[in-house]
Amino acid sequence: MADPGAAREVRLSVNGVERAGTAEPRLLLSDFLRHRLGLTGTHVGCEHGVCGACTVLLDGEPVRSCLVFAVQADGAALRTVEGLAGEDGELSPVQQAFHEAHGMQCGFCTPGFLISLTALLEERPQASEEELVDALSGNLCRCTGYANILAAARAARDRAAEGRA
Amino acid sequence: MSTIGVSVPRVEDERLLRGEGRFLDDLRLEGALEVAFLRSPHAHAKIGAIDAAAALALPGVVAVIDGRETAAALEPMVFDIAKIVPETVREATAPQVRVHPMPALPAERVTYVGQPVVMVVAESRYLAEDAVDLVAVEFEPLPAVVDAERALEPGAPLVEPDWEDNEAISFSFERGDVDAAFAAAAVVVEESFRSHRQHPSPIETRGVAAGVDPQDGSLAVWSSTQTPHLLQDFLARWLHRDPERIRVRAPDVGGAFGVKHSCYPEDLLIPFAALRLGRAVKWAEDRAEHLAAATQGRDQLHRIAIAADSEGRILAVRDSAVMNAGAFNLLGLVVPYNTFTHLLGPYDVGALGFEMRVAVTNTVPTAPYRGAGRPEAVFAIERAIDRLARQLGADPADVRARNLIGPEQMPYETGIVYRDGSDQVYDSGDYPELLRRACELVQRERFEATASERRRIGVGYAIYTEGTGVGPFETARVRIEPSGTVKVFTGASSQGQGHRTTLAQVAAEALGVAVGDVEVVGGDSAAVPSGFGTLASRTLVVAGNAVSEAAAAVRAQALEVAAGMLAAAAYELEVEDGVISVRGRPDATLPLGAVAGFLTPFNPARPRGAPPELAAESVYRPGPVTWAAGVHVAVVAVDLPTGVVEVLRFVIAHDCGRVVNPAIADGQIVGGVMQGIGGALHEEIVYDESGQLRSGNFMDYMLPTAGEAPEFELVHLDTPSPLNPLGVKGLGEGGAIGPPAAIAGAVEDALADLGVVVHRGPLGPSRVRDLIASAASAASP
Repeated sequence: MADPGAAREVRLSVNGVERAGTAEPRLLLSDFLRHRLGLTGTHVGCEHGVCGACTVLLDGEPVRSCLVFAVQADGAALRTVEGLAGEDGELSPVQQAFHEAHGMQCGFCTPGFLISLTALLEERPQASEEELVDALSGNLCRCTGYANILAAARAARDRAAEGRA
Repeated sequence: MSTIGVSVPRVEDERLLRGEGRFLDDLRLEGALEVAFLRSPHAHAKIGAIDAAAALALPGVVAVIDGRETAAALEPMVFDIAKIVPETVREATAPQVRVHPMPALPAERVTYVGQPVVMVVAESRYLAEDAVDLVAVEFEPLPAVVDAERALEPGAPLVEPDWEDNEAISFSFERGDVDAAFAAAAVVVEESFRSHRQHPSPIETRGVAAGVDPQDGSLAVWSSTQTPHLLQDFLARWLHRDPERIRVRAPDVGGAFGVKHSCYPEDLLIPFAALRLGRAVKWAEDRAEHLAAATQGRDQLHRIAIAADSEGRILAVRDSAVMNAGAFNLLGLVVPYNTFTHLLGPYDVGALGFEMRVAVTNTVPTAPYRGAGRPEAVFAIERAIDRLARQLGADPADVRARNLIGPEQMPYETGIVYRDGSDQVYDSGDYPELLRRACELVQRERFEATASERRRIGVGYAIYTEGTGVGPFETARVRIEPSGTVKVFTGASSQGQGHRTTLAQVAAEALGVAVGDVEVVGGDSAAVPSGFGTLASRTLVVAGNAVSEAAAAVRAQALEVAAGMLAAAAYELEVEDGVISVRGRPDATLPLGAVAGFLTPFNPARPRGAPPELAAESVYRPGPVTWAAGVHVAVVAVDLPTGVVEVLRFVIAHDCGRVVNPAIADGQIVGGVMQGIGGALHEEIVYDESGQLRSGNFMDYMLPTAGEAPEFELVHLDTPSPLNPLGVKGLGEGGAIGPPAAIAGAVEDALADLGVVVHRGPLGPSRVRDLIASAASAASP
């Protein structure tokens, strides 16, 4: 019988690029991204699904990559913080809003916030205040006190609305 | 145009927003081994046999190292700062300080849950953790003591058997006739208030990596530390190596708040393993390790009494405090003495009697956590003043106003010796105006309108002072490159405070260049020969003035060389936006970079004997600390049936001296306040009676989220410090000092008609329900 713990091939698309690597069944998606694919922008803050720093988009849905095994993401399309900027390198409206509103200090939790907010605004471009707070309550920040993160979220939403008008 | 006082957008952000930051665990060291620790499952136990055979047999495991092995090579750790007592402090408070050394890995006994016992080095962290499970350690449990008061009782289990009791520190102070003041007082209040144990818990945990240079054997260390130079000195001493052969770098550091200031066993063990194995070795702490084994904060109990006249003027304060040091007295007087010097804060009080006892216990060591002894002092005195106001039937803001030091009393000598040994003198500030401005912004009526029998509204206050910008020194080196770029190297590194932006603003101002032309490099022991680090609300004061001085020196140097190049006198020159010009000769201009280029050794026309580059260094040694201050007012709603406390509005009136970057300053303050709110409402480190940690993950140790953020209202009333050339004061910690007291006061106010008294936090739903229930049962005979 084949060793159930043996590494196997994982193929997935990350930020539109086809990537492949080997992963033992127990390897976390967060570790696969960071240490096998070298995409260290996704951070790990608690490894038990509370802090949200490791949030990525898996087939469009925000997930905690520390609670997903890499092998579960075989065949999926992932988006990480490295894929948020435009093709021309321009910061996305969400990234730009975090910069302008001083919505970040140490920047460690920031990738998770950017992903959570991007997911919300893609699904609910006119998200209400309550929806913004709700979507961001799954991410912990220890530096900012959240006020400027919420200001950034409102600005990103409003800018997206202006873009559509 | 001045570059100081402007909210220049942060230069740090872009890399971080793109996921291009480089935090400790992002560093890819070729072929690096990874480490996992077997940590003590007991609060106190003898270590028996250790069997690592099965672990060593596991493929991919490279080494298993225990305390018996390290005992031969690594002396137990002691921190000099733990033993430092300035002579004036000794005269004033007669401190007794005992330190027992901390082994990097204990050989005989473990003294707290989470203490590292065995280090496993393997090809990956996954394999290292597998191997940890295979290491068999025989522990023989011993009686443990967890609570500091209990630890000081006769017959308590001894944390350090060489001592006759568990007292690590004691000191006392008396000024004025305290007994007479209490005898003459119209009103006396006396209560016990506890600042419960909390955890700094930045979102990035700790981490260390080390490698050995294949050519010369020098050691390269990366650590998510607040103090790279201190770590370099520490490693040099404990590894018996020339400090020049150790380079310590702090990469991007994801928050710290005090927890990354101490030198830890892991900081020593990872470089030790790299040297022993001749390979790069990395350890990235996980959250369970962080909560169990990184230093915690607070944990003080105060029995405080206030004597006042019938108008509420405070005649005397008597306070007897007990603090929990955890298993080792890491930093001596730092935290408990801070508590002492900040107890009376902004109040003009004639007589003071204070005593402090610090006990070692079988818990993880405590150390400075944002505020470092100040929130504890403020919780005690501000809670006591609330009780005084209640007893007098007076407005708590009025009672505070009656006792504040007035601006006309500045500089104000407190009659206390500060921890640095100098007389404690408040250099500047207007506390009554801070309080008045804060009170104007409360908007109590707006929230009262939402009150009901079920939903109670309350308002609470906290006023504090904060000694900031403590020495001993910081260094800076400023260099102008031929390209015109200005490089600033400093010993102070950053953990998110935005120093690359604010220090660039300071340098730009002193030099006359654009902020965008300045690049700040910190966190590298090789960048400047000595440095101290970022802690204790000191960087803007100490590093800021060092940068300003070095930049001014380099400007003078540049003008001297430029004078020769432009055939003018140096005093005729001015610099704007990086260009030197001669007054009255609009055509005679020279970019600063051209002066640097003129000095390069490649230039055959360079003057003989001229320095090879345009650079200057400065060491700034501050005098006494400069005093920041703040007034915090919390408006809360308490839901009676559920006990849920909601902070609705938080008003901050702040004095942090001259502000360099308003957006960054406000960000620091609001972030600190939110951390204080977390501690006031949710966060608590809990050990059970046997010393088991009951709050070892983020579901049991609950950090606040965006959903708990109140509306913030922040007003500055900044009085420039006369004590340093920039006029700045520190502000990193201030935000966290007031919230526990202000929120406790607000909850008590909301529940005043029920007779609730808040003696401790956190004020989570179950504690608030208990307070309501016990007040009700006390009221019904």
